[in-house]
Amino acid sequence: MKFQIPIGPQHPALKEPISLRMTVEGEIIRDADLRLGYNHRGLEKLAEQKTWIQNIYLTERICGICSHSHTTCYVQGVEKLMELEPPRRGLYIRTLVAELERVHSHLLWLGVAGHEAGFDSFFMYTWRDREIVMDILETISGNRVHYGINTIGGVRRDLDEQQVKHILDSLAILRQRSEYYQHLGTNEPSFVARLAGVGYLSREDAIALCAVGPTLRASGVPMDVRKDDPYAVYAEVPFEVCTADTCDVLGRTVVRIKELFQCYNIIEYLLKNLPSGPVAVRAPRRAKPNEVVSRYEAPRGENIHYIKSNGTDKPERLKVRAPTLGNYAATLKMLKNGFIADVPLIFAAIDPCICCAERAVSLVDARSGQEKIISMNALKQLSRQVAAGNARKREAEWPL
Amino acid sequence: MATVKTLIYLIVYPGLLFLFLYSTFVEWYDRKLYARLQNRMGPTHTGRFGLLQPIADFFKLMAKEDIVPDRADRKMFSTLPAVGLAIVFTAMLLLPVWNYSLDQPSVTSFNGDLIVLLYLLSLPTFIFFLAGWSSTNLFSTIGGARVLTMLFGYEVPLFLAVLSPAVLANSWRLAEIAAFYRQRPALTLVNLLGFVIALICVQAKLERTPFDIPHAETEIVGGTFTEYSGKKLALFRLMMDAEMVVAAGLLATVFLGGFPGGALLGLVNFIVKTLVVIFFLSLIRATTSRIRVDQVVSFAWKYLAPLAILQLLIVILVKGLIS
Repeated sequence: MKFQIPIGPQHPALKEPISLRMTVEGEIIRDADLRLGYNHRGLEKLAEQKTWIQNIYLTERICGICSHSHTTCYVQGVEKLMELEPPRRGLYIRTLVAELERVHSHLLWLGVAGHEAGFDSFFMYTWRDREIVMDILETISGNRVHYGINTIGGVRRDLDEQQVKHILDSLAILRQRSEYYQHLGTNEPSFVARLAGVGYLSREDAIALCAVGPTLRASGVPMDVRKDDPYAVYAEVPFEVCTADTCDVLGRTVVRIKELFQCYNIIEYLLKNLPSGPVAVRAPRRAKPNEVVSRYEAPRGENIHYIKSNGTDKPERLKVRAPTLGNYAATLKMLKNGFIADVPLIFAAIDPCICCAERAVSLVDARSGQEKIISMNALKQLSRQVAAGNARKREAEWPL
Repeated sequence: MATVKTLIYLIVYPGLLFLFLYSTFVEWYDRKLYARLQNRMGPTHTGRFGLLQPIADFFKLMAKEDIVPDRADRKMFSTLPAVGLAIVFTAMLLLPVWNYSLDQPSVTSFNGDLIVLLYLLSLPTFIFFLAGWSSTNLFSTIGGARVLTMLFGYEVPLFLAVLSPAVLANSWRLAEIAAFYRQRPALTLVNLLGFVIALICVQAKLERTPFDIPHAETEIVGGTFTEYSGKKLALFRLMMDAEMVVAAGLLATVFLGGFPGGALLGLVNFIVKTLVVIFFLSLIRATTSRIRVDQVVSFAWKYLAPLAILQLLIVILVKGLIS
C-alpha cells in the first residue's frame, strides 16, 4: 500500500519550515519531493538599500549559526571591489573567529544528530560543551551569536594576551571532550546501527548533484574552499581536508568530528603565530563599478556571495547562495529507498539551515506555468478567497 | 473484616490510590535519574525536589482541551484510555505485595497468576495499537503498525525469560515462586541471564529508548498518541507509568525474591526492589539511541530469543542437579 506522508512544514524533526513529501510503501520510501518557499526573507532587496558598512550587519543576520561565514564572505568580496588589503593581524583574528564558529557549529550538529537518532544524552553533553566555545566567542567579540567582528578592511576588535591564554586553556578541555565524542559517536552500538549505511550518496552522485561541505567530503571528494581557493590566511596555515569513504551518515559524522580536531590545530597555530600590528585599515565609502564573486567554506559547505557595485555607497546587487541549497538535490537522492525512521537523520546530516537558503517566493501557475509577482496584500486577499471557498467540516467554536 | 481488607486491598493499597501515587513517584524518579545522567537538573520546582511535578502534569493535562478527530472511531477512541488503565490496575492486584503469605491465599493469588499477569501486560500493547489505528492519522497508523511489529520481537523472549524461574521453582504462582527464591537465595543467580533479557524486553514493552519507536518524536510526531489530547492523553500517560510499576514489580517478584513482610515491611521491600529495576531501565534509556523497528525484530530473534532458550536450558539442567 502506497501512501504519502507529509514531513513538514511543521514537524518535530524540523526546526524550520520546509515540506518533505514522502511516498512510502510500509516503512520504505519510494519517492521524495521537496517544497521550499515557506520563508520569504526579502534580504537581497534590502541589501540594495543599505550602505556597504550597514550590509555587514545585515548579512550577519542571514544565519544564526554561520553568521561569521556570511559576513566574511561579503566583506571579502567588498574588499576586492575596493581593492583593500586588510592587515595580517586582522586576517588572523578573522580566521580565528571563523574556526571557532566551525567548532560551535559542528558540536551543535553532533547534538542534533544525537537528538534525531533519539540519543538525547549525547545531545545534552555536546550542547553543554558547546557553551565553552560560545564563551570563547563572547570573550573575543562580546557576543555569543552575532559576533559583529568583521568590518571592511579588517576586524573591529583586537585580542590581548589574557584572551589568548583563556582560549588556549578552554581549547584543551574541548579537545579532551571531543575525543570522548569521537569514541562515543563511532563506537556506541545502537548509535552506529542508526548511522551506518544510512543515506548512501556515491562519489559520482555527490559530484553530479553538486553536494557541498561535509556531505561531499563524506563521499570521498576532498574539496574544501579553504584548500582549493585559499582566502584570509588559510594559505599559510597547515591543515588537512578531512574525508570519509563510507558515503553515509556515519561518514558525515566522522568528517565533522575529524574537522573539529583540525579546527583545534588551526586555532592553536593562529594564536601562537599571531602577528603584531593594526587590525584594520580605513575603507573608502564608495566602490568603483565592478562585480565580484566571493567564496567561503562555511561549516555547512561552500557559501557564495555575488556582489555588484555601481560607484555609489550601496551595492547594486547582492546574491547569496547558502550551502544548504547546494545539498537539497543530493538529499532527495539519499532519501529514496530509505526507511521513514531515517528521514530526520538523513535530512539533518546535511546540517540544513532552511531560512538561510530561502530567498524570495515567485508564484507559478500550476496549469500554465506562468510566473508572477504579487504584493503582500493581494496574497492575503487570495488566501482569504481560497479559505472562504473551502467547505468547512465542522463549525469551530472559539472557546472564549 | 475480610470485606474491609479486600476493599482496602482494592482501593488503598496496593490498589488504586497507592498505584496512582507510586506511579507518579516512579515517573519523577525516572525523569530525575534520566536528567542527572544527562547532566541536567530534572524537575525541581513543584514540591520538594520537584516530587509533585508528575501529579501537577497529570492534573494540568486533565484540564486541557480534549479533541476527538472527526474521522476517528469516537467510541473506541474515547474508551481505550480507560480500558487500558483498568487493565494495568488489575494487573497490579495480581502482584503478591500484601498477599504474599502462602498460608492465607487471597482471591488474587492463585495457581497460574503468572500467566494471567503476563497476558494482562500484553494487552496494553494492543490498546496502543488500537489507539493508533482508530485515530486514522497517518502518523498514528504508522505508530500502531510499529507497536505490533515490535511485539513480535520482544514478546517471546520476555515470556521465556520470565517463565524459566517459574520452571525452576516448579510453580505458576507468583507468591510461591518468590517464596522459593527467598528460601534458596543462591538459586537467584541461575536466572541472571534471564533477568537481563527480561529487563531489555520490558524496556521494549514500555516503549522507552532504545525502543521508543512507536512514538519516535523526530520521525512520526506523537506516533500512536498524535491525536490524543487532554484527559485521554493524561490517562494514557498514567497508564504507562503504572505499567512500568507493574512490570518492575513482576521482575522483582520473579527474579529478586518478591516482597515479604506484611503491610509495612512489604511496602518497603516493594519500593526498594522496584526502584532497583527501574534504575536499570533508566540507565538503558540514557545510554542508548533509538534503533529502527527492523533492527528490533532482528535483534530480538538473533540474540534475545536464543539466549532466553539458553536460560531455559540452564534452568532445566540446574533443576535436574538439585532434585
